[in-house]
Amino acid sequence: MSEKVVIGLEVHCQLTSLKTKLFCSCPSNYRGREPNTLVCPTCLGLPGSLPVLNQKALEYGLMVALALNCKIPKRTMFFRKNYFYPDMAKNFQISMFDRAGGAPLGYDGYVTLAVGGTQKLVRIRRVHLEEDPGRLVYPGTIDTAPYTLVDYNRHGVALVEVVTEPDFESPKEARAFLQKLRSILEHLGVFDGGLEGAMRCDANISIAGGARVEVKNIGSFKDVERALTFEIMRQKQLLAKKVAVVRETRHWDGERRITVSLRTKEEEYDYRYFPEPDLVPVEITEEMLDQIKARLPELPDARQKRFVSQYGLPGYDAMVLTSDKALADFFEKAVAAYGKPKVVSNWLMSDVLRCLNEYNLEIWESKLTPEHLVEMLKLIDEGVISGKIAKNILWDMVSSGKSPKQIVEERGLTRIADEEYLRKLVDEVFKENPKAVEDALSDEKAIHFLVGQLMKKTRGRADPQLANKIIREKLASK
Amino acid sequence: MGGAKLHAHHVAELVRRGDLSAYEHVCQILEKIERIEDKVRAYITLIPDIALEKAKEVDRKVEKGKRLGKLAGVVLAIKDVISTKGIPTTCGSLMLQDYIPPYDATAVERAVAEDAIIIGKTNMDEFAMGSTTENSAFGPTFNPWDLSRVPGGSSGGSAAALAAGEADISLGSDTGGSVRCPASFCGVVGLKPTYGLVSRYGLIAYANSLEQIGPLTLCVRDCALLMEVVSGHDPRDSTSIPTEPKKYQDVLEKGVEGLRIGVPEEMIGEGVDPLVAKEVWRAVDTLSELGAVCEETSLPSLEYSLAAYYVIAMSEASSNLARYDGVRYGFRAPDEGMDWSSAYSKTRRLGFGPEVRRRILLGTYALSAGYFDKYYLKAMKVRTLIKRDFDEAFKRFDVLASPTMPILPPKIGEKVADPLSMYMCDIDTVPANLAGIPSISVPCGLVDGLPVGFQAMAPPLGEELLLRVGYALESQVRLYERIPVV
Amino acid sequence: MRVLVLGEERSRIKLIDEETVRHVAWLARLEVLDDEVEGFVEQFNRILDYFRKLDEAETEDVEPTFHVLNLVNVFREDEPFPPISPQEALKNAPKSERGFFKAPKMV
Ligand SMILES: [Zn+2]
Repeated sequence: MSEKVVIGLEVHCQLTSLKTKLFCSCPSNYRGREPNTLVCPTCLGLPGSLPVLNQKALEYGLMVALALNCKIPKRTMFFRKNYFYPDMAKNFQISMFDRAGGAPLGYDGYVTLAVGGTQKLVRIRRVHLEEDPGRLVYPGTIDTAPYTLVDYNRHGVALVEVVTEPDFESPKEARAFLQKLRSILEHLGVFDGGLEGAMRCDANISIAGGARVEVKNIGSFKDVERALTFEIMRQKQLLAKKVAVVRETRHWDGERRITVSLRTKEEEYDYRYFPEPDLVPVEITEEMLDQIKARLPELPDARQKRFVSQYGLPGYDAMVLTSDKALADFFEKAVAAYGKPKVVSNWLMSDVLRCLNEYNLEIWESKLTPEHLVEMLKLIDEGVISGKIAKNILWDMVSSGKSPKQIVEERGLTRIADEEYLRKLVDEVFKENPKAVEDALSDEKAIHFLVGQLMKKTRGRADPQLANKIIREKLASK
Repeated sequence: MGGAKLHAHHVAELVRRGDLSAYEHVCQILEKIERIEDKVRAYITLIPDIALEKAKEVDRKVEKGKRLGKLAGVVLAIKDVISTKGIPTTCGSLMLQDYIPPYDATAVERAVAEDAIIIGKTNMDEFAMGSTTENSAFGPTFNPWDLSRVPGGSSGGSAAALAAGEADISLGSDTGGSVRCPASFCGVVGLKPTYGLVSRYGLIAYANSLEQIGPLTLCVRDCALLMEVVSGHDPRDSTSIPTEPKKYQDVLEKGVEGLRIGVPEEMIGEGVDPLVAKEVWRAVDTLSELGAVCEETSLPSLEYSLAAYYVIAMSEASSNLARYDGVRYGFRAPDEGMDWSSAYSKTRRLGFGPEVRRRILLGTYALSAGYFDKYYLKAMKVRTLIKRDFDEAFKRFDVLASPTMPILPPKIGEKVADPLSMYMCDIDTVPANLAGIPSISVPCGLVDGLPVGFQAMAPPLGEELLLRVGYALESQVRLYERIPVV
Repeated sequence: MRVLVLGEERSRIKLIDEETVRHVAWLARLEVLDDEVEGFVEQFNRILDYFRKLDEAETEDVEPTFHVLNLVNVFREDEPFPPISPQEALKNAPKSERGFFKAPKMV
């Protein structure tokens, strides 16, 4: 069962920072809108309508290509990719092509990926711009619905397509790549990966001894691992039963978490690419590129290095923090207000991430703010709460968005530093544990046990230094 | 004017001066339509009520002394391939029988802004594919000069409407001669502008890299007038040339003295009806007498132009017409229980006529895996050769001249059975579309009572030259005085 | 070289066959009835045979003219324009439901 798995990805990312679609002036913020309310003759594919290229989209596309270390052509054109599908308004998609005078916006690029402690180079085959198809709604499931409903609000939204070489060997690597890609796009400011469906991908999977299978419609990078794992299982089972894996396209059904066959090889597409006659060629001048390069912001790899040099973080911490722009921003805000980068990083890397994971939230979705985290750290420093209590209230901070002070107050969690009260409690502890008191006179370990008992009685709220001091005094006076 | 028919520039002037009521004028044309449309069948859709309303509006403007547009009161017939907001736009196809565009083509918008009055949408070969207007889902149009003959195509309805006095002026479209061919067969003027001079926004695409909207008019001055209105940059069409419209009427009387006119032997030799050739040579002589220097020349690569044209046109058409699937608009076959793929196939078989199906299939084939280089790419390279030949020729000549059509208007039904022989009729018109250059057809004579068209071609944006040549020729031939009253 | 010559010979006889016509019809989602196939094959062969004229043209080192104009870099600003109303959008649809266009079933 250790057949070599080879995976390549085709990732479609909406340029969500654009105000309008790729080839028409319809607003592109289609989420949550009534169907077919953001359409015009062009994106409905009405007869006689024409496309006009959104300049910003071209700039963003070039930014992405540059950020993925791609080569940039001097001149390119848009092509028509001809195929029929009910989510298409024209039954061709305006896209890019690498033959017949065409070129993608970027080609031969790479991204570095940290895999199991080593750096892996993922080759980027091409980056190009194309239009998003419409949205299909199936009453029921795709293979049983009696008809299909179509909403063209999304149709024509600018997509940047990133195609990798088949460089991934596991679903985990594929997911890590998508995470990295998202972070890069978010750092560029062209993309908000938190928006539903903003990043979708198709995957090519082949297992030694099988055939190349394409899985379409993978809706998020959480799903990519599931879809690929399912598909690999399916193929391995077939191979184990000596059944041939057919070359085909399958559809990922995210709800049922399975892949379904949609087309077989006989129906393989023949896209009949040819240059889009309704658009003129694009010339990418040195000047244009220089301007874009000058505006490129700091990207995750550079930021990671800076986190190491500026904050003295371990490389691993810097990598994890910068793999998510929101997390990296959170970290820097907290450090700006609090200092002590290592402390902030430790909290983020362990407790905060664990907590977010548990709630299945991303940092920007949670109610935790850098200000609240800093406030919590200060409460620890001031001795108002213990670290243990801090870990406890963090969950509340993440889910309710309340400030740590408010939580501590409401739940009466401030540290007990009242010496008289603690002395009374120590007396109780001594009475309840005579054997330990006896031992403590000669054995340091027993002292720890007594302190622990006191902490238990106060649910961790006793000031540990004070508790130590009182217990030692009482023992000394015995 | 022969007492028969006012030209558009006359109408506009009379209406502006208050000497002609737009309402009266529209009524007269409607009466004419009432009388003869049964025989000519130039229109797919007529909108008399809307036209009369608009005419009243124009008359009110005159009364109130408001500024009036260049086409004040001019009755405009629009080929049914050009989108008109709220008015059915069928493309001569069952597929779009009930389609009503929610927007106006730029050319329409501009004409209406100049107070033109839309009277209706004219018949055409389905999706502009044809040279006879017989490939219309709504039946053929008949040539007003001889009702047993075709009016040419694909803008046959527009040319016939003008010749029959059913409109003052018309907008057609020309992909491989679709304005010039019917202009020639119906004895009117037709211009295919430089590619990019008139916005294609709203023109339902047949072959985008070749086609232009162009005027069909009764005389060359009307042609210049309409070009002043519809040409010029449009930001909604990426292939629109960033240029302001010129004052085309101002150059008409400049004459042809000293103009160098070349006649490519490839366009007037083999395959051209000798009677047609004779009329065209006579026109060349006329221009010489007026001071032009005329000479035979050769553009060798023109022999490939027809094949190149059809490969390009069919390929682009196969993609352009993919959108007609019965989901967003247009005809939809009963598809109960069918999956989308079978449903689309059935809708498209029943919605498209035979010529359209033929071109979609051939175009799909020409673009399909393994054939792109052999057909589409090769044709686009040949296009470069043709363009080069024109560039060379225009170093020596200001204008190139030829017959518009190699034959006289055929009888109805004569060409339907044999697609290839119909394609051959476009031999002299397609080169201008391939090269993107402007080309005009002006009536130059009659053979057996049937009009013959003289074609002139100029370098890109050389419309003024063509209008000068056309005007000079027209003032000698004066064929418009003999347009039949059916 | 010999293979090329053979290929040419064969294609001169018949450029397109029934199977190809059916495949192309499928690509174009344009049904061709059984009794039409033969007619198409015949017509297409005649027309394609005429297109062979192009083979005679010498186009080595000739760039294709995809765009006859020399225009490049025609753009639009990223500024929104009001869309058309959903009523207008759906007005021409043969079938619609709750603001959606209604397409045939998928499988
Ligand atoms: Zn739109």
